[in-house]
Amino acid sequence: MNVKHFIEDKILLFEMTEELDHHNTEKIRDRADYEIQRFMPKRVIMDFFRVKFMDSAGIGLVIGRYKQVSAMGGRLELLNVSDKIKKIFEMAGILKIIPIIDVSLESQRKE
Amino acid sequence: MIKSKKNEMKMEFDSKSNNEAFARISVAAFASQLDPTIEEIADIKTSVSEAVTNSIIHAYPNRTGLVKIRAILYEDEVEIEVSDNGEGIENIDEAKEPLFTTKCNLERSGMGFTIMENFMDNLKVESIVGLGTKVTMTKKIKKVHN
Ligand SMILES: Nc1ncnc2c1ncn2[C@@H]1O[C@H](COP(=O)(O)OP(=O)(O)O)[C@@H](O)[C@H]1O
Ligand SMILES: [Mg+2]
Repeated sequence: MNVKHFIEDKILLFEMTEELDHHNTEKIRDRADYEIQRFMPKRVIMDFFRVKFMDSAGIGLVIGRYKQVSAMGGRLELLNVSDKIKKIFEMAGILKIIPIIDVSLESQRKE
Repeated sequence: MIKSKKNEMKMEFDSKSNNEAFARISVAAFASQLDPTIEEIADIKTSVSEAVTNSIIHAYPNRTGLVKIRAILYEDEVEIEVSDNGEGIENIDEAKEPLFTTKCNLERSGMGFTIMENFMDNLKVESIVGLGTKVTMTKKIKKVHN
């Protein structure tokens, strides 16, 4: 997983790896929580741009990070969510509390 | 009506999490003989991943055991069986409910069975506490005529 820090805006961007299953999400979770605690972000963006496979482990990963980030007063957002992944999140009802943001924010990554 | 079997495969492997990708890719490769769409293959991969992960996490929480898969191809359908000789499930109806999990400490979402039910055409769960669990799922592979 790639991590990008936008220091001024206090934004953390996590680029998810290709396969989000139980095996891979355990490593991502540890790295993400380490970064969140160190950086104290106002916004955390999970970017699904690279994700080719996701099962219910992805739901657990998102809910877990949502709890971490909100406990510190921050906000969690999802980026580049494909229809397939969206369907899985919808089944769990998490899109009611965690927003998918628009790709226009893409530009922020190139700063 | 008797369905005529076209092909069958069996595999078994240790309940280690790095076998999750191996398992779903193997089953998908086997099922591709029926010429499924990308969408159908994705549904199969996700469902196999759910069932196999369940055996790895829930059936053998503190030890390594064997996870078995059997896949049968029919003319227009694939049947996949994922089984283990682990802990078993006490209340299957409860386990199948959306968001029900016995392992929320491990960030499980309780959506595994719900996903299998949604992505496959049929799901059957059999389990005996102390003996193990067998999940059987089928998916119709629609023939595309051109
Ligand atoms: N193979 C299995 N062996 C033992 N228990 C199982 C098995 N599969 C599922 N379960 C039980 O059913 C519950 C629900 O499974 P599932 O819907 O996949 O959610 P999750 O895996 O996120 O907990 C699990 O929490 C577990 O208690
Ligand atoms: Mg599960």
